[in-house]
Amino acid sequence: MNLLIKGGRVVDPSQGLDATMDILIENGKISKIGGDLSEGAAKGSKKAPAVLVLDARNLLVLPGLVDMHTHLREPGYEYKETIETGSEAALAGGFTSIACMPNTDPVNDNRSVTEFIIRQAAKCGLVNVYPVAAVSRCSAGKGLTEFGDLVEAGAVAFSDDGRPVMTAGLMRRALEYADSFGVPIISHCEDPTLSADGLMNEGLTSTELGLPGIPSISEEVMVARDVLIAAYTGAAVHIAHVSTAGSVELIREAKNRGVRVTAETAPHYFCLSEEALSEFDTRLKMNPPLRSVADVAAIKEGLRDGTLDAIATDHAPHSSIEKEVEFEYAANGIIGLETSLALSLRLVAEGVLTLSQLVEKMSVNPAKILRIGKGTLLPGVDADITLVDPEKTWTVDVKQFRSKSRNSPFGGWQLKGKVIRTIVGGVVKFSHGE
Amino acid sequence: MKLARKDILGIRDLTVEEINLILDTAESFIEVSTREIKKVPTLRGVTVMNLFYEPSTRTRTSFEIAAKRLSADTINISTTTSSVVKGETFVDTAKNLEAMNPDIIVLRHSAAGAPHMLSRVVRQRVINAGDGAHEHPTQALLDMMTIREKKKRIAGLRVAIVGDIAHSRVARSNIYGLTKMGAKVAVAGPSTMMPRFVDRLGVEAHHCVNDAIRDADIIMMLRIQTERQDMSVFPSLREYANLFGLNRRRVALARQDVIIMHPGPMNRGVEISPDVADGPYSVILDQVTNGVAVRMALLYLLSGGN
Repeated sequence: MNLLIKGGRVVDPSQGLDATMDILIENGKISKIGGDLSEGAAKGSKKAPAVLVLDARNLLVLPGLVDMHTHLREPGYEYKETIETGSEAALAGGFTSIACMPNTDPVNDNRSVTEFIIRQAAKCGLVNVYPVAAVSRCSAGKGLTEFGDLVEAGAVAFSDDGRPVMTAGLMRRALEYADSFGVPIISHCEDPTLSADGLMNEGLTSTELGLPGIPSISEEVMVARDVLIAAYTGAAVHIAHVSTAGSVELIREAKNRGVRVTAETAPHYFCLSEEALSEFDTRLKMNPPLRSVADVAAIKEGLRDGTLDAIATDHAPHSSIEKEVEFEYAANGIIGLETSLALSLRLVAEGVLTLSQLVEKMSVNPAKILRIGKGTLLPGVDADITLVDPEKTWTVDVKQFRSKSRNSPFGGWQLKGKVIRTIVGGVVKFSHGE
Repeated sequence: MKLARKDILGIRDLTVEEINLILDTAESFIEVSTREIKKVPTLRGVTVMNLFYEPSTRTRTSFEIAAKRLSADTINISTTTSSVVKGETFVDTAKNLEAMNPDIIVLRHSAAGAPHMLSRVVRQRVINAGDGAHEHPTQALLDMMTIREKKKRIAGLRVAIVGDIAHSRVARSNIYGLTKMGAKVAVAGPSTMMPRFVDRLGVEAHHCVNDAIRDADIIMMLRIQTERQDMSVFPSLREYANLFGLNRRRVALARQDVIIMHPGPMNRGVEISPDVADGPYSVILDQVTNGVAVRMALLYLLSGGN
């Protein structure tokens, strides 16, 4: 069935659009975009046109959101999340494309795991799933995986997320080699010798709580290293989940010098700070940890001035066995697919970003960094579209999440902006309230 | 006056009035421990569960004696395996204990914040008997009781706390309590054992132990965890003893009537020289005696006494 989305505010920074327009979708592709299209605009109009008209008045019509940093847990940890439940969560959050990290069991370090993920995703038929493969075998930081074979199988980037590449020599080779395939390395920047047994940001709150701290330099020394390697080799590096003011400054300075560095942050790094941990709530435990108020301000400034290209979720599902335990033993990570857009819209309300800039961070830029041909409503591309009611307020209820896990610190938060429909390949895959 | 709170999780949450109430009540209980029959029927029918996830002799025994002198029933659970190892969560363990219906759970745990999690999931009252490097409220209360007993006041006194401040729950609880009660607190230790922004807790921070001790009314030495040598926090016990150990020469820098405290167990010859530990200024065993009275007071007040 073809679709006609009528009367919405189309915000597509890839074409410099922000206007009330209609979009016609035929055969799963965007065929026309313009003012006041009618069903008759469809090519097959002489026969009875099977066009479903979606009334988008008072709604935002956005290129489908792209999350470049998700953990789907399959294979291996299906009790936390599966490709299917993670995809359902993505749809509910307005995401049409997600890139999933390789720290599964087995690690996605070879063609068969990459192909398995793609096959499972196709079987679900929900969102576009792009596997990120491991940089090193078993993400053990020793030898490189078979980048060429993995790219051919469908990997869109390489990362040892969660297990930083400690050896600078290996990182250098990874950047050089990945660049020859035109894919980025996504670097989890952390020096574990500085994080040591740290459980939260090292600062006044950790001192008050007697929790071992993770210093900001644990992230920053690795950002500095990776930026230097990228500058030297001329290859591209993407810095994952930036959390500190120092990292933002390092990336800003490198970009000014023309280094091929891109970076993402996640909503929790601009919505929450370390003080929130005063009750030892394990839902707030993540890595990198929530940082100081000054870091939060720097993250916002980095988003505003373009230093930070993307907002990713770092959706990290965990079950009660990982979270309903002593703070020290609790696993790192929070889920984010279903709250990311509404939390990020706060930046627009606060005047940090324009709506167009937000769409760049959540759709256009991550698609560009991963080179997946998404993040645009240009005629001819797959019709991946997110319809959002920007005025609708709602209260986050973790029990309603489509994700299999419940580890969100945002339960009970009142947010503004709700995904109404998520369309993937011209098919409505999610409708609010259904 | 009643203690209007469910749990004792830390000194940081307590008001000056609450601390005074606890200390006054503890003083009134000292006498019980000196009777021929050291028992009163006050808490008959009350069940106190001592749940110790970390080895402890002093604190566990002190709680047990306190409960028994008040005629409460006590159950001691000592384990070093976390619930996770058994495949269940800490919340599961807590719910099981709750279902057995004790009245007060005393928790010692190596993980900071464990008592807070326990208090959130069980209806019983929780007393923190030490959680990681976070707080050890009953230790700070017995320390404050001892200071009040010896000095007749806390406000205006100069207290030096010396040792591994970063990893010490005793230091944190005493910093919170003593500053609240109006004492001037100076901390000293190797810079690698000072937590970041410690001065923002309202204390003077020194890297030279003599500066902290000078003119002190009270010197509180902390136990050094000898394992920390492996973590390049300090090079050797010998160097630590030289630079930070309390000896007679250093004691002479303090006020004439200084008292010396230690939460125990002591590393004799490391953080404290044996002659100082056994010397005339030492109140280390008074601290232990007062510990029983403070714990009796807390059990009593949490059970609704006034």
